[in-house]
Amino acid sequence: MSVLSLQSVSLAFRADRDSRETRLVLDGVTLHLASDEFIAVIGRSGSGKTSLLNLAAGFLKPTSGRVSVDGADITGPAADRAVVFQDDALYPWLNARDNVAFPLKLRGVAKGERRLRADELLAKVGLESAGTKNIWELSGGMRQRVGIARALASEPRFLLLDEPLGALDALTRTRLQQFLLKVWSESKTGALLITHSIEEAMLLATRVVVLAPNPGRIIADIPASFGKQLLSGKSLQDIKISPEYRRLHDGLTGLIHADSEEEAA
Amino acid sequence: MTINIGAIAPVAPAAPAVIEAQKPKRSLGTLPVSLATIAAIIAAWSLTSAYGLVSPLFLPSPLIVLKAIYSVAINGFVDSTLAQHTVASLLRIFAALAAALVIGIPAGLAIGTSRIGKGILDPIVEFLRPLPPLAYLPLIIIWIGIGEASKITVIALAMLPPIILSTAAGVKSAPADFINAARSFGATRLQILAQVILPSAIPSILTGTRIALGAGWSTLVAAELVAASRGLGFMIQSAAQFLVTDIVIAGIIVIAAIAFLFEILARLLERWFVPWAAHR
Repeated sequence: MSVLSLQSVSLAFRADRDSRETRLVLDGVTLHLASDEFIAVIGRSGSGKTSLLNLAAGFLKPTSGRVSVDGADITGPAADRAVVFQDDALYPWLNARDNVAFPLKLRGVAKGERRLRADELLAKVGLESAGTKNIWELSGGMRQRVGIARALASEPRFLLLDEPLGALDALTRTRLQQFLLKVWSESKTGALLITHSIEEAMLLATRVVVLAPNPGRIIADIPASFGKQLLSGKSLQDIKISPEYRRLHDGLTGLIHADSEEEAA
Repeated sequence: MTINIGAIAPVAPAAPAVIEAQKPKRSLGTLPVSLATIAAIIAAWSLTSAYGLVSPLFLPSPLIVLKAIYSVAINGFVDSTLAQHTVASLLRIFAALAAALVIGIPAGLAIGTSRIGKGILDPIVEFLRPLPPLAYLPLIIIWIGIGEASKITVIALAMLPPIILSTAAGVKSAPADFINAARSFGATRLQILAQVILPSAIPSILTGTRIALGAGWSTLVAAELVAASRGLGFMIQSAAQFLVTDIVIAGIIVIAAIAFLFEILARLLERWFVPWAAHR
């Protein structure tokens, strides 16, 4: 079991190019993600959600504090932490299969084996017949599934999901949430999901983390079991009308809302 | 307005026809107007010659120019046929293009990806870019003689700035997410350069190549006017010295036709090699 840790991590950006003034984006964030957990991070715009993911991925370096995997400080992005982007970031000069095989190609896996593995992963995300399709021929939902298959090809210990379903229509989004849950439960990787949607966070995550803005800090870290219930066959409708779901939903809404009132006052 | 269910039913089978009609039709655009313009110019030219408004010494009729093209193609002019003149010019262009691509693409990558590369190469490119190639042709001839090498060098130098600058611009247009994705899959710097940044830059490099071909073609004709024993520019220059105006015009038309073919070829290459550029 691996653990991805952020320990009292703060991040400050320069307010603008020419000034010495800095703006604190994240303040003393501590978060541990084990490789059997699914953490969803919610918070309003400007609460530093994406910065948190960029620190975990190694795209950004913390101003203070430590980011580590199993106790070893990370030095930058690496294959053990694969990222799925909101704008899919698939390479348009490669077809769907070659996009999925891309992380394998980087590692020097032979062409035949690469294809085999990519086709397996495409089948896993329900796109077995789309291998030779061009990226621009795929719908938004299909593209995100290719993006998820590509991240899995990297055989990461942690999946970092930067609002991957944010740009999809509501119906596709609901379907992909259940799909993502299933893929995660079968993959034995830790998942860190950044999302705007309280519902999405609750249905997928084993822990829901709430960030408050100015500066970004963790104000709640709540365990959730609705994903487990979904996986064990309970229907979405039954979960949504259960008192515990309503209670947590109200609680989380209150947390995010209370914070914005405080700001308005 | 009431809706009759019976009236709706037949609509369903008709639906595919509606979809068909909504497909973007290939529009002829400005083509008919352009063709009419060309026809009008040729007609005006013919009438001017036919009524003797201008001496044939200055403006031979279209028919005489056509005959000149035929005659140069079969019998040749100044010791070479039209085909030999054309091949001599094309060889220079393609040799120069190859050299310009081999030097220009790595230089553009260096400018686009490295601060030091940009620092070193920017002043050189910015010095070369605004210079008319004919200004440094005499110097090149002093340095490397009057043979093929000097002409190819001048043409390549004229082609370099657009290729370098378009490559550098293409590098900068690579989306940050593309690069970050590769980094999160463990790509090395070299892998990112070869497998993410370079492919991202190819549409821009092709555009630069198209501009470079234009610049190279005009430089070629000028360079051949100065020093050559074969080539389309040389053919025109020689014909002008003997006042063989029909061959001068024939040469101009051939040069224009080849430039036009280059343009079509470049667009076909874009469609074949970077079909995705249109979907970005």
